Amino acid sequence: MSNEKEYIEIFEQHRNIIEENCAPLLNEKRTAAFEKFKASGFPTRNDEAYRRSDVGKQFQTNYGMNLRRIDMKSNANDLFMCDVPNLKARPEYILNDSYIPTQQATADHTSGVFIGSLNEYARSNSDAIAPYYNALAQKGDSIVQFNTAFVQDGACIVIPKGVEITETIQLVTLLHSNIDILNNRRLLIVLHENAKANILLCDHASNEHTTMSTQVTEIYLGKGASLNLYELEDTDKNNSRLAHLFVQQESDSQFNHSNITLTNGFTRNAINVTLIGSGAHANLTGLAICDKEQHTANNTVIEHVASNCTSNELYKYILDEKSTGVFNGKIHIHPDAQHTASQQTNRNLCLTDCARMYAQPQLEIYADDIKCSHGSTVGQLDENALFYMQQRGIPKNEARNLLMFAFAGEVIENIDIDALRDRLHILIEKRFRGELNKCKGCSLCKK
Amino acid sequence: MKKSNNIFKKIANKAYEYGFVSNIKTDIIEQGLNESVVRLISKKKNEPEWLLEYRLQAYRHWLTLEMPQWAHLNIPEIDYQAISYYADPLKKKEKQNKEIDPELMKTFDKLGIPLEERLALTNTAVDAVMDSVSVKTTFKEELKEKGIIFCSMSEAIQEYPDLVRKYLGTVVNYRDNFFAALNSAVFSDGSFVYIPKGVRCPMELSTYFRINAANTGQFERTLIVADDNSYVSYLEGCTAPMRDENQLHAAIVEIIVCENAEVKYSTVQNWYPGDSEGKGGVYNFVTKRGDCRGNNSKLSWTQVETGSAITWKYPSCILRGDNSQGEFYSVAVTNNYQQADTGTKMIHLGRNTRSTIISKGISAGKSQNSYRGLVRVSKNADNARNYSQCDSLLLGSKCGAHTFPYMDIHNDSAIIEHEATTSKISEDQLFYCNQRGIGTEEAIGLIVNGYAKEVLNKLPMEFAIEAQKLLSVTLEGSVG
Repeated sequence: MSNEKEYIEIFEQHRNIIEENCAPLLNEKRTAAFEKFKASGFPTRNDEAYRRSDVGKQFQTNYGMNLRRIDMKSNANDLFMCDVPNLKARPEYILNDSYIPTQQATADHTSGVFIGSLNEYARSNSDAIAPYYNALAQKGDSIVQFNTAFVQDGACIVIPKGVEITETIQLVTLLHSNIDILNNRRLLIVLHENAKANILLCDHASNEHTTMSTQVTEIYLGKGASLNLYELEDTDKNNSRLAHLFVQQESDSQFNHSNITLTNGFTRNAINVTLIGSGAHANLTGLAICDKEQHTANNTVIEHVASNCTSNELYKYILDEKSTGVFNGKIHIHPDAQHTASQQTNRNLCLTDCARMYAQPQLEIYADDIKCSHGSTVGQLDENALFYMQQRGIPKNEARNLLMFAFAGEVIENIDIDALRDRLHILIEKRFRGELNKCKGCSLCKK
Repeated sequence: MKKSNNIFKKIANKAYEYGFVSNIKTDIIEQGLNESVVRLISKKKNEPEWLLEYRLQAYRHWLTLEMPQWAHLNIPEIDYQAISYYADPLKKKEKQNKEIDPELMKTFDKLGIPLEERLALTNTAVDAVMDSVSVKTTFKEELKEKGIIFCSMSEAIQEYPDLVRKYLGTVVNYRDNFFAALNSAVFSDGSFVYIPKGVRCPMELSTYFRINAANTGQFERTLIVADDNSYVSYLEGCTAPMRDENQLHAAIVEIIVCENAEVKYSTVQNWYPGDSEGKGGVYNFVTKRGDCRGNNSKLSWTQVETGSAITWKYPSCILRGDNSQGEFYSVAVTNNYQQADTGTKMIHLGRNTRSTIISKGISAGKSQNSYRGLVRVSKNADNARNYSQCDSLLLGSKCGAHTFPYMDIHNDSAIIEHEATTSKISEDQLFYCNQRGIGTEEAIGLIVNGYAKEVLNKLPMEFAIEAQKLLSVTLEGSVG
């Protein structure tokens, strides 16, 4: 309990500082969230959902928190190194947990589109997001409550009825500081009826210091809305990320999500999708490439509440050296969710005998007229395929890379934006070859 | 085909047919659990000091534990002080005469388990256990000639204390879980099997468990040891009377498989499942585990679970020896308000170990049926291979079917596959049968039996027929 105690004290002593810089909407949710956190503390390995991800350990570092909202004085353009060429995108930046205003106007007043700071929007347009902020997250676990209690800023994207944003919205999170830092970020994405958007979230770190982030994202998709959300994590081994994504889909909405983890330290992504309107479709994919002592966990829950919905999941892991992969996928079909079709696939490659994979696909079904399946495999590269390629003059290393690349390809193909897909192909290939700038001799490719 | 359908129909019209109560004078100790009860049970069974000490250790450990809540079950609170922990249907006098109460004989006859060897139709040796005591073991002498020990646990403790002491608690430690601790403290009777080196057991060994007395719990303990190069096929069956109160059954089964040995363990579990309102029924909390200690050893679990109000059972294999094999075939049927959380654990420790899991769940009525399984491949278990398949069939819109598999892989040469599907009987299949003059109810029986066939085929013949009948009975009235 010692770690919690410290944060409980910080909150109680500095509450006025936290609230000083924040919109009333953010502040009014704090008390209830803090009480919940205080009661339960950080999750331990006794909690089923955290059995394989020791989160308590991640909070042992003595982190600083930017409670006074001190301007870090960094130039986003200097720090950002991972550009996606040919991507028609409007980049927006978050430094640690503060939104950095860019020169271009982000609020388009005529169409009602808003892309910008959550704190600012909660101040200026509180009514527009009051029904959404923390509505889904309030049921979250103690990490989510911790985030709600401490959060001061993040990003907000609101797309009004019928508006289609053609260019990709790129939201880049840069992790950089002079101390070991704990960030609490919040993202709120609301797509009203028939709105459409592509959003790319990138995490990048340029840091010698240990960074810990809690990130809570809430997404509301109105009737017929369609969202492609791509998350790319390319940070470093000092970085811990505890991300929670809550999605609520109304009828006939489409949600397409890809979560790519290339380089990281400790990552736990919790994804919770609730299909409340009939005809909604959710497609979740994920790829994790891990080596050294990387830890990547994806915990997904899909709640089929309404009938006639479909969902699809595909998660792949490539684990090398002493890395750990955790996949925990649950499909929960409520009694009224008849005519649901839901499929879940999890495939994993273990490359060394020190790599560990924990897979736990789950089905919880309370309706009878449904089709539901899950499959999970753990294995290695096919020796026969390797031999076949070597016979034809392809060196073993190259053959290995080709096979791994093909394995990863299935997830990448799911990405609809051509420029991003091409970029990821290159990034992944570089990752396997050890040429990634942050790779510093990654071992996946040395063999 | 027609004949077999008639059988189904005939059986489908019957409710739980083993629900009668036998009027047998039974020596029941007072309700409640404390150290003196543990001592009393030990004394009644005239046990050696070390076993009493073991029981007391387990009891003291149990006191420190809490009832586990992780299963996908809604377990009403159990008052462990309201249960009597020992019931002996053999009256003292008759024990001395070595004669069995004719009422008792009748009971087992009624259950289709003749205890007189001349009446036995099949090549099966039976150990019949009622409440806390083994009533009779048949074919003991024949087996003894081959050096096979097949007797009740109480007898084994008296006659072969060294063997029992050597193996008891080595697979399921009393610290293993809540119910293992409880069982280790108060276990009454069960079977003890020892197959010596190089012996192939010539007949099926079988234990029949019956709960008769009211307000008692049954805490059976079974220990099977298959020494090097031996083989045994063991069957287990269970029934209980219909009562409005719930009864507790917390058993431990330990199996030790030595080098090149093979053990086949089959269960047809038919405890009273409660009535259609969910009243009564047996709580079945069982720890079953086999340790494949020797190289090239093989353990196969087959279970047909149709009974019990609540089932909490995970027959497991520890694949310690190199090239050892574990198998798990299961059909679990739940109807009305039954709940089942069942599955297996395959722990791969040795090299080239293989395991297969085939689990078929069928839920009907308002029941909840879960598969929960673990496949663990440890760091040194090179070339481990596992294949798991879990299918669920839903009959009705108010039931639930759930799958919770865990895969912990610590080795790069492991190949692990897991598949699960959930569906209902398709309209097309039913229509096809209807077209050919097969009624809907019969058609469902047919389809369900076909669905479970993969598992039923693994059962010894007599059991397979019984299991097929049971499937139909359990699903009676679930069509609609």
